[in-house]
Amino acid sequence: MAGFFVRRLMEFIPVVFLVITLTFFLVRLAPGGPFSGEKFVSEEALRQIEAQYNLDAPLFVQYWDYLTDVLRGDLGPSLKRPNRSVTEWIKLKFPVSLELGLYGLFVALFIGLPAGVLAARYQNTWIDRVTMSGATAGICIPNFVLGPLLVLVFAIWLGWLPVALWEKPVDKILPSLTLGVVYAAYIARLSRTAMIEVLSQDFIRTARAKGLSEFQVVFRHALPGALQPVVAFLGPAAAGLLTGSFVVENIFRVPGLGTEFIKAALNRDYTMIMGTVLVFAVLILFFNLLVDLIHAWIDPRLRHD
Amino acid sequence: MTSAHRNEAASFTFQGRNSIARCFLRNRLAVASLIVLVLIVMSCVLGPMFSRYTWQDQERENRFQPPCRTHWFGTDNLGRDIFVRVLMGGRVSLEVATVATGVAVFIGVLYGALAGFWGGRVDAVMMRFVDIMYSLPYAVFVIIVVTYFGRSLVLLFAAIGAVEWLTMARIIRGQILSLKRREFVEAAWATGLPWYRVLFRHMLPNTLGVIVVYTTLTAPRVILLEAFLSYLGLGTQEASWGTLIQDGVAAMEEYPWLLIFPSAALTLTLFALNALGDGLRDAFDPRNSSHP
Amino acid sequence: MRPAIAYHKKCRETQFYDGNTAIMAKMHFNYFVFVVFTILALSYVSCQEADVWSRVNPSVLRVGNGAEPADLDPHLVSGVTEHVILSTLFEGLVNLNARTLQPMPGVAESWELSPDGREYTFHLRHSARWSNGDPVTAEDFAYAWRRILTPSLGSEYAHMLHCIQNARLYNEGKLEDFSQVGVRVLDPHTLRVVLEHPTPYFLSMQIHFTYFPVHRGTIERFGRMDERGTQWTRAGNFVGNGAFQLDRWEPDRILVVKRNPYYWNASMVSLNEIQFYPIDNLNTEELLFRVGRLDLTSTVPLNKVEPYQRNYPEKIHISPYLGTYFYRFNTKRRPFDDVRVRRAFSLAINRDDLVRNVVRAGRAPAFSLTPKGIENYIPPESAPFNPEEARRLLAQAGYPEGVGFPPVEILFNTSEDHRQVAEAIQAMWRENLGIRVGLRNQDWKVYLNSLSTLDYDIARSAWIGDVIDPVNFLECFTSGNGNNRTGFSSPIFDGLIEEARSASSVSERFERLREAEKLLLEEAPIAPLYFYTRVFLMAPNVQGVYPNLLGYIDFKNVFWNVN
Repeated sequence: MAGFFVRRLMEFIPVVFLVITLTFFLVRLAPGGPFSGEKFVSEEALRQIEAQYNLDAPLFVQYWDYLTDVLRGDLGPSLKRPNRSVTEWIKLKFPVSLELGLYGLFVALFIGLPAGVLAARYQNTWIDRVTMSGATAGICIPNFVLGPLLVLVFAIWLGWLPVALWEKPVDKILPSLTLGVVYAAYIARLSRTAMIEVLSQDFIRTARAKGLSEFQVVFRHALPGALQPVVAFLGPAAAGLLTGSFVVENIFRVPGLGTEFIKAALNRDYTMIMGTVLVFAVLILFFNLLVDLIHAWIDPRLRHD
Repeated sequence: MTSAHRNEAASFTFQGRNSIARCFLRNRLAVASLIVLVLIVMSCVLGPMFSRYTWQDQERENRFQPPCRTHWFGTDNLGRDIFVRVLMGGRVSLEVATVATGVAVFIGVLYGALAGFWGGRVDAVMMRFVDIMYSLPYAVFVIIVVTYFGRSLVLLFAAIGAVEWLTMARIIRGQILSLKRREFVEAAWATGLPWYRVLFRHMLPNTLGVIVVYTTLTAPRVILLEAFLSYLGLGTQEASWGTLIQDGVAAMEEYPWLLIFPSAALTLTLFALNALGDGLRDAFDPRNSSHP
Repeated sequence: MRPAIAYHKKCRETQFYDGNTAIMAKMHFNYFVFVVFTILALSYVSCQEADVWSRVNPSVLRVGNGAEPADLDPHLVSGVTEHVILSTLFEGLVNLNARTLQPMPGVAESWELSPDGREYTFHLRHSARWSNGDPVTAEDFAYAWRRILTPSLGSEYAHMLHCIQNARLYNEGKLEDFSQVGVRVLDPHTLRVVLEHPTPYFLSMQIHFTYFPVHRGTIERFGRMDERGTQWTRAGNFVGNGAFQLDRWEPDRILVVKRNPYYWNASMVSLNEIQFYPIDNLNTEELLFRVGRLDLTSTVPLNKVEPYQRNYPEKIHISPYLGTYFYRFNTKRRPFDDVRVRRAFSLAINRDDLVRNVVRAGRAPAFSLTPKGIENYIPPESAPFNPEEARRLLAQAGYPEGVGFPPVEILFNTSEDHRQVAEAIQAMWRENLGIRVGLRNQDWKVYLNSLSTLDYDIARSAWIGDVIDPVNFLECFTSGNGNNRTGFSSPIFDGLIEEARSASSVSERFERLREAEKLLLEEAPIAPLYFYTRVFLMAPNVQGVYPNLLGYIDFKNVFWNVN
């Protein structure tokens, strides 16, 4: 197990290297720099600023410097929001994105899983049809439509929930819901398919024959078997929840890393783009690894793969 | 989301054509979806020709008309006919969907087929590469590329296609691996055919079902990704459904028809594509034919 | 008072008594009653939004402030959001009356101007204090101005001080010795400023952040004088001399300033606290205002302007703003190298139609570059909408009915508002000239790059004045100016601007500027489209915010009218 873990960790290195390299050159090739604006900035001022940030060095030198800095754990200063370093910004913003992502994941699991199980148990009845149509619809409504609609209904018409901001616990309901619904829909579909397969197997028939209650049959015996594809989906889902929250963060004004990335990309804040992309890449790798570990834990055969 | 179907990649067994058709036709939702899709595509392609407005015609004094007899879906802030704009937006969205999905399917099928066919170390290396690609923050890359290098359709196709091919590659590889041991493949080898003929003439046609299924399931994701990029202001120059929806969201309280019609068109298309994909999967894979 | 917007007030009651009561009766009646009552109770609570500001704390103002401030160092920022916050944290030599924009004593309690209009002597009040209790002295101003002009700091806005004698040379690194720059500390409370030319708007520039003093000890405690991005601007470290002091700054959440007890006029400040909420999304900002979470917004989404004007005219405020929206023509590239083509395109734009139906929000059609409302300056006007004349000019230029016209595009940076304007103008040119132009949108930074490399045909642009003076608009189009971006170059125009700079009287100065602007409009490297307005929402009981061209809010005079 430990060997497996270490081997997978080693694989992080080339991927992270690739991400850094790709992003670095993509961003630098793009037209326009961080300090251009609607009003003209004098050549002299530009030169001075670039000198302060070492942006006047040859590109490969900058690349090399950046790599060595990253190895030392220094992601540099933010170019456009200079009074904090990129590391500080990430420390400030990432926990918010993490929190939002976790709530989104809860929403996805607590809506998606019961819906899928219910639909499988009452397969081909109206319950199944309604749940599954709902799930398909959930995949089809973009969250930039869903978010404002939820706000309109629950915050403005009904007045039950706040319209935006990220301060009190009640503020966090609508953003989490908006973020989690798509994943709930996927989980509902996945768990239904898996559940149907498990429910048709012999040991379930045996369990029913033993006279166990339906609840016990479904939740004690069938559900663990149906969880595997859901677990496998959780890796990409978690990564998606964490990196795909731009829209939700913007609509509800959540101070997370997603909007930070978009703003950095639009402003050509080179160091900030690199920093946020790096965080996203490591996150995705981490969640993929986590899923593999859970798999290995559930299914011991994989450990020696 | 990319790998949502990673685990749905159950192995398919190729059925007789008739039984597939029968199974598919029994699925009323899927058949209805197919009809709806055909109607949507037809009206997007042909509809604008029969309208007396073009998507650019402005009646600026007539802005924000609610739906009425002359403007079925109402008009927007410049007095343009929403009905025609939804159809034209559909053209852009469907065009992006078709080409980008095509790109994804082409790369995915080719890559997966070669990996599965060669097997061994080549396969291991190629699949490891796919794993690595899965680990890249793709949404992020698409955004970077589209932000920095303009808004051309070609670029959008390439960017989206490059994101979506991975799942397809994995599925096709699995299929090819399992086909390798089948008798008809061994028979083809025995007649002394070159490898590419064995692969492309005998093996790939047998994965057609899977390709069709996953193509219909990739298309809606591509459409959504395009809509998402449009929402961020990074879409195409021409108005797509995503652009129209973005306008609509800003006006949804005052002029709800600006949001309702484009999002209805988008949602309906996505819903139909998904239902069609599910129906096809059930039809191709009897083990799984449990969908309502 | 009613809830924020009428169309949401459609009452919940009707919805619930509307249902088919016969069927309802068959249902579990008790349950139904319970649900209805619960919902009514909850919606009653939400109906209390009727008076969302009734329980407001009259010593706190909550302000929606657009984007998150990039920094609070007055020498390194450049945006409007920073300006709003910094003007609460600092005070310059001179304040402006927010109603009339006339200079009023600030840190300087009086000042004299020499007869040649080039030498100001400011007498600083002895009671002026920094927020840590230190006295504010003339030395602080000299230090601040030296800092912003220091080349190695690379301040993007240092050009605001170039009207001071030799400041430009020092800023460009051509002069090493700051004592040759026209800033003299005569004694701790007397500051003399020598200007390059008479600059009538010099006093009003003192409310701009580039002229604010900074606290030397604080800056140098956290880094070198010319170091960017040190920690002196963080809450806890920050020292200012304004009516408010920085209390809390949580990026992208909130920035709180509190009354500064050391402020010389602290007893006149009504608010104890201002909370600035950075909100990029306009719709979100409006929603927060509607439910009573904000008292003042930075702007209003376009689609909400008319509903507010109709239903809540007391909450929406629209006033002229010192900004012009215009199109640039690339005069270095065919076909817009021909002045007749440029004028034809400008004449074929129906600006009244544009402001009435597209940009709305009370904006006025623009026939000049400088906005109306600058005291004593009446801008010349270019010819009004005239499609026949436009077609005639186009035919003269060799494109009768638009035949043979090369393909051209309107370039704009990605934004829905710019797209709408471009689409409307595209239609007008199609209708009036028979020419189909394309649209091309680019990401902001790419667009800026295309502008400065003259890689466009027609481009959307805007200019927001920093000071209320036509020269601030016109000097952009002198030859080789970094803001020119049209390739336009006219020695006569340059000469007129130069003459205006050294003119001895205000009337002569404005006469030269008028001539220059007239020439600019005739040569038409730009087509002005409309003048900006400042549109914002404000709780009805907030007093002391006045409409003015600069959008300047003097927060120390803002208060709640609690009766």
